[in-house]
Amino acid sequence: MAYSDKVIDHYSNPRNVGTLDKAKSNVGTGLVGAPECGDVMRLQIEVDENQIITDAKFKTFGCGSAIASSSLATEWLKGKSVDEALAIDNMDIVEELALPPVKIHCSVLAEDAIKSAINDYRVKNGLPALELPKSHH
Amino acid sequence: MLTLPIYLDNNATTPLDPRVLEAMIPYFTQKFGNAASRNHPFGWHAEEAVDYAREQIAALINCSPKEIIFTSGATESDNLAIKGVFEMYASKGNHIITATTEHKAVLDTCKHIEKLGGKVTYLPVNAEGLIDLEQLENAITDKTILISIMYANNEVGVIQPIREISRIAKKHGVLFFTDATQAVGKIPVDVEADGIDLMAFSAHKMYGPKGVGALYVRRKNPRVKVTAQMDGGGHERGMRSGTLNVPGIVGLGKAAELAKQDMEKDTARISAMRDRLERELLTLEESYVNGSVEHRLPHVSNISFKYVEGEGLMMGVKDLAVSSGSACTSASLEPSYVLKALGLSDDLAHSSLRFGLSRFTTDEEIDFAIGHVKEAVTKLREMSPLWEMFKEGIDLNSIEWAEH
Repeated sequence: MAYSDKVIDHYSNPRNVGTLDKAKSNVGTGLVGAPECGDVMRLQIEVDENQIITDAKFKTFGCGSAIASSSLATEWLKGKSVDEALAIDNMDIVEELALPPVKIHCSVLAEDAIKSAINDYRVKNGLPALELPKSHH
Repeated sequence: MLTLPIYLDNNATTPLDPRVLEAMIPYFTQKFGNAASRNHPFGWHAEEAVDYAREQIAALINCSPKEIIFTSGATESDNLAIKGVFEMYASKGNHIITATTEHKAVLDTCKHIEKLGGKVTYLPVNAEGLIDLEQLENAITDKTILISIMYANNEVGVIQPIREISRIAKKHGVLFFTDATQAVGKIPVDVEADGIDLMAFSAHKMYGPKGVGALYVRRKNPRVKVTAQMDGGGHERGMRSGTLNVPGIVGLGKAAELAKQDMEKDTARISAMRDRLERELLTLEESYVNGSVEHRLPHVSNISFKYVEGEGLMMGVKDLAVSSGSACTSASLEPSYVLKALGLSDDLAHSSLRFGLSRFTTDEEIDFAIGHVKEAVTKLREMSPLWEMFKEGIDLNSIEWAEH
């Protein structure tokens, strides 16, 4: 399968690989996917008092498109407000990375990871968890 | 000088040996005759070439040249053997025994047989990839007409106990067919000593051309017949009609001759390289060889690198042409059914790479491959949440994964 240049770039030079302290109350962690499905993403956000995402980190077990999707997601998250982050749609990722149809699930997983990280942050801070659309698959 | 990428996918196909190409060339433009033309020298020359190839092949697998039926490749040979026996021996029974790790050309043919009303038993394999002989014998009924077990597996290289299988088949008066595509030309295969009744193999897995293969069909003790699956001019003793692919057959013959001549020398060199590659890659933590190490082809190594995903790994080893047990590369997201049949969990199956060496593989290429794979695995593990959890001592099975 031919990968787009952007996928290859994110795969070769992934942005924001790493781990934030999940014990901190202003850090939200999303862990989505499953090892037996061949992809697991962990995406973390650090949020300041103004609800702005100041840092984002990821680690991904998966194919090049999964790695690129999560890398791109962390890039987009930084500097956004939590509400803006919620608006990130998987199709934005598909478009940006030129993912082929067979790889759309990678972008869905990245969107799930963002929402799951935000929910973790919300729950930690006494806010109700948002109703997330059930798995897209 | 290394030329990248390095080809280590020789279980998929091998390059044509230049000596084979040289033998084939005259049969395209000069000696282009139809081997079935009886009335002029063009036909005679073609027929002579085909007969010579039959002898070269017969010498490699220890059979009579008359027992070779030329086909378009191993898939056709598998189809002809299984469907041909099923039709020919319909009055005797309708039951076939095979194994879950067979090639799709065998499994899908067996599925077809089931649609036609046949019964098929799919034997499981153990963690080494080997079938259980007792289970095989117990599966035989008075309706069993054929046992179809591959000689060596294409994904893990595991060699089945062929002689023991044929003894059981003989004892019960059942025919034994083996798909030997990965074995012929790589390890000694002797249809007499091995007790094989039918055997499929292909030229392009043994440095010959694509598009040509053969089915060995035993002519005595017992005399085996298969019903033709293609109607036409009655070529190949009526079992496979169609104008013979003369240049291809010449190539298969030459490839067989070279395999016989060079096997010992090639195997010593190739297995030494394979062992070195494997030894080095196993120095990476949490890496495992898949399938039996003892009963294995000399040029294959299938290794799982836990906590990295196969397709991501393939992308990381872009300077190597290898294949992965992860089926993310195909439309289905199911990992290799062969690795799963060996009892591997999905995540380990997803994390596997298959290395297939050839007589053209060099020590320099293996050195490069070792460094390249180690680097990619290390980099991907640094990026892998699963590796981090493993290092923190978290049991991944204790996590409730969101299946998607």
